[in-house]
Amino acid sequence: MISFSPSEEQQMIVNMVKEFVNDHVRKVYRECDESGEIPSNIIDTAWDLGFITSSIPEEFQGLGGERSALTGTLIAEELAWGDLSMAMHILCPSLVATPVVEMGTDEQKKQHLPSFCGDKFKAATAALIEPRFDFDPASLQTTARRDNGGYLLNGEKCYVPLAADADLFLVYANEGGNTQGFIVEKGTPGLEVAEREKNMGIKALATYELSLKDCKVPRENRLGGDAGCDFGRILNLSKVALSAMAVGVARAAFEYARDYAKERHAFGEPIASRQAIAFMLAEMAIDIDATRLMTWEAAWKLDRNENATKEASLAKMYADDMAISVTNNAVQVLGGHGYIRDHPVELWFRNGRGFATFDGMAIV
Amino acid sequence: MIDFELTSEEQAVIDAAHKEAVEVIRPLSRYYDEHEHESPKDLIARSWQQQAQGGGGILGLGVGASLRILENCWGDAGLMLVAPGSGLGGAAVLTSGTQEQQAKFLKRFAEGEPKWGAMAMTEPGCGSDTAAIQTTAVLDTETNEWVLNGEKIFITGGQRSMEESDGLVVVWATVDRTAGRAGMKPFVVEAGTPGAHIDKVENKLGIRASDTATLILDNCRIPYENILGSPEVRRVDSGQTAGFKRAMATFDATRPIIAAMALGVGRASLDFVKEALEKEGIPIRYGLPRHKLTAIERDVMELEAAYKAALMLMLRAVWMMSQFQPNSLEASMAKAKAGIVVTRITQKAVEMMGPLGYSRKYLLEKWMRDGKINDIFEGTGQINMLIVARRILDYTREELK
Repeated sequence: MISFSPSEEQQMIVNMVKEFVNDHVRKVYRECDESGEIPSNIIDTAWDLGFITSSIPEEFQGLGGERSALTGTLIAEELAWGDLSMAMHILCPSLVATPVVEMGTDEQKKQHLPSFCGDKFKAATAALIEPRFDFDPASLQTTARRDNGGYLLNGEKCYVPLAADADLFLVYANEGGNTQGFIVEKGTPGLEVAEREKNMGIKALATYELSLKDCKVPRENRLGGDAGCDFGRILNLSKVALSAMAVGVARAAFEYARDYAKERHAFGEPIASRQAIAFMLAEMAIDIDATRLMTWEAAWKLDRNENATKEASLAKMYADDMAISVTNNAVQVLGGHGYIRDHPVELWFRNGRGFATFDGMAIV
Repeated sequence: MIDFELTSEEQAVIDAAHKEAVEVIRPLSRYYDEHEHESPKDLIARSWQQQAQGGGGILGLGVGASLRILENCWGDAGLMLVAPGSGLGGAAVLTSGTQEQQAKFLKRFAEGEPKWGAMAMTEPGCGSDTAAIQTTAVLDTETNEWVLNGEKIFITGGQRSMEESDGLVVVWATVDRTAGRAGMKPFVVEAGTPGAHIDKVENKLGIRASDTATLILDNCRIPYENILGSPEVRRVDSGQTAGFKRAMATFDATRPIIAAMALGVGRASLDFVKEALEKEGIPIRYGLPRHKLTAIERDVMELEAAYKAALMLMLRAVWMMSQFQPNSLEASMAKAKAGIVVTRITQKAVEMMGPLGYSRKYLLEKWMRDGKINDIFEGTGQINMLIVARRILDYTREELK
């Protein structure tokens, strides 16, 4: 039966994330964007909240909670409302944990999942995006070739979060026309992490280029073993996560612009009293809500293990456009002040632009 | 629990409505577009009979009913509006009337010949600015009757309610012009009441099967009991008043339904485009990066995403109503968005289909004309945007005009 009301448990989780974000993330996010660093205590506090461990089964030392993409979108929106860089950093280990939980072989689960259940943040990451304008996750230029019972990986990757610190990588490569995942451990010969990238937005998130030169991985490191992985589902889980984050970023920008418009006076009254501004804000609110609901529907379908390619793609397409138009309008509502770094709307505008690029950088 | 699954009953209702739309409605669509003031008598009789087997008014509509209306309008929005029933008049009686009034005025819609109910708000001098209504209601204390005088226009189904059946129109009139909104009251005027007559039936851009009428009230006398709610004028310095609030409460219920109607027309156009492409062997490849899509794929997907966005907002507003949650903001969001989306989808579909879109041989051009009404009636897109803006800013009507 159709319902738009989160469960009690989901509401508790959302409240917990809101509290964390207000108490910690929102206190420092502006400086983090300037300095490019995230204080480690924030990452540690987030780790203790159990976003990653909660959905890892008990037999692998996790908390054994129910895995739900829908709950994941609720968390992703709130974290991204706090700050997109920190949201991506905090949820980065999921880039490996989620695919292994869902599609890994028993061996892979046994070998890797317990390492996500310790006391300290586990730096693990995935490498999907490639540095070219016509990047397509379904036809990668990074290749995986069978060689002596293992695989040789070759290619260039970019936007790999936390690569310098990560001890575990999930590298996506083209294997005979299909995208498959390969678990690569830190220090594997041929895996080279380059300098940290400098991006327009998500400046507090450390991302890297990465190159693979005849990087040899054993056959058993292919995600899902001989059966391989369902990359379409991984991509959909990512689209849903990113759409939810787009909603979070847009909501942050909208709320700031709305409050500003009520305080800023021009011609003797708040600028929000003029329809030119008020209608802009109304349209922003409508599109934010619409995107959230579309994202929920796609996540709900994923939770039922149904093919959600259409729903996730449409939600992501809408979210990409929405994030840009809402954050752009937020800057516009503030006028000249929106362009000044004293106000955070320019940060959200830079971050919002990224969603069309961020394929595979977050997952629920 | 967030859930998007329809119950099997809801699905059955939708399937039946879709089948009816394909088999019964669509074949009549073009004829009644081109024969504007003719009545589809068989269809009306059929619909009346179906309602007798368990239909409902506009209020209390849930998700299933909204999706049924969506399917009806996928068939034909004009013909959907011709369906007999208490309509917006019934909605007003339900929100504002006493139990006795509900029994007295609504009973007719469950018996005998087909009947219609309508709502008369707009006047030649005021549309969205409903508080500026000039139609007066004066109590004649000698006879204990209200005497109504004025002119009401753009009454959807007005002719069928007043001339073609023993129906009724709920007329909004002021009992005190100096009191603004506080003086505005709804009155039930039954068909056949002396002094009330239909003056004109409009020729329209679309939804031509539905009559849009002008009602003249010339010393029209109605019993005292025909006022809905209290006759007392309570002046309030700021904010809305009780009488007007009830009118607005009706809109909270009807606006999501208008959104559902808009979506029906929008999906009809989208389905037409997708079928035409499929016939030519042109697939819509979801999941591809945007730069790999053809222009036509991109257009279709953008329209589908916009459709989905409006659909979700509509479902949420209807769901909230069915849960008895206040939904003014969400109802206006749904209405504003659906109006924009149906206008865009139908116009883009005509463009994309080229000569097929513009030709009257097919229905696309008709849907473009039909769809536009949803951005206008029950509050224009701009009025709904204004309501959304006031709500999100927590502004009164004085603070945001």
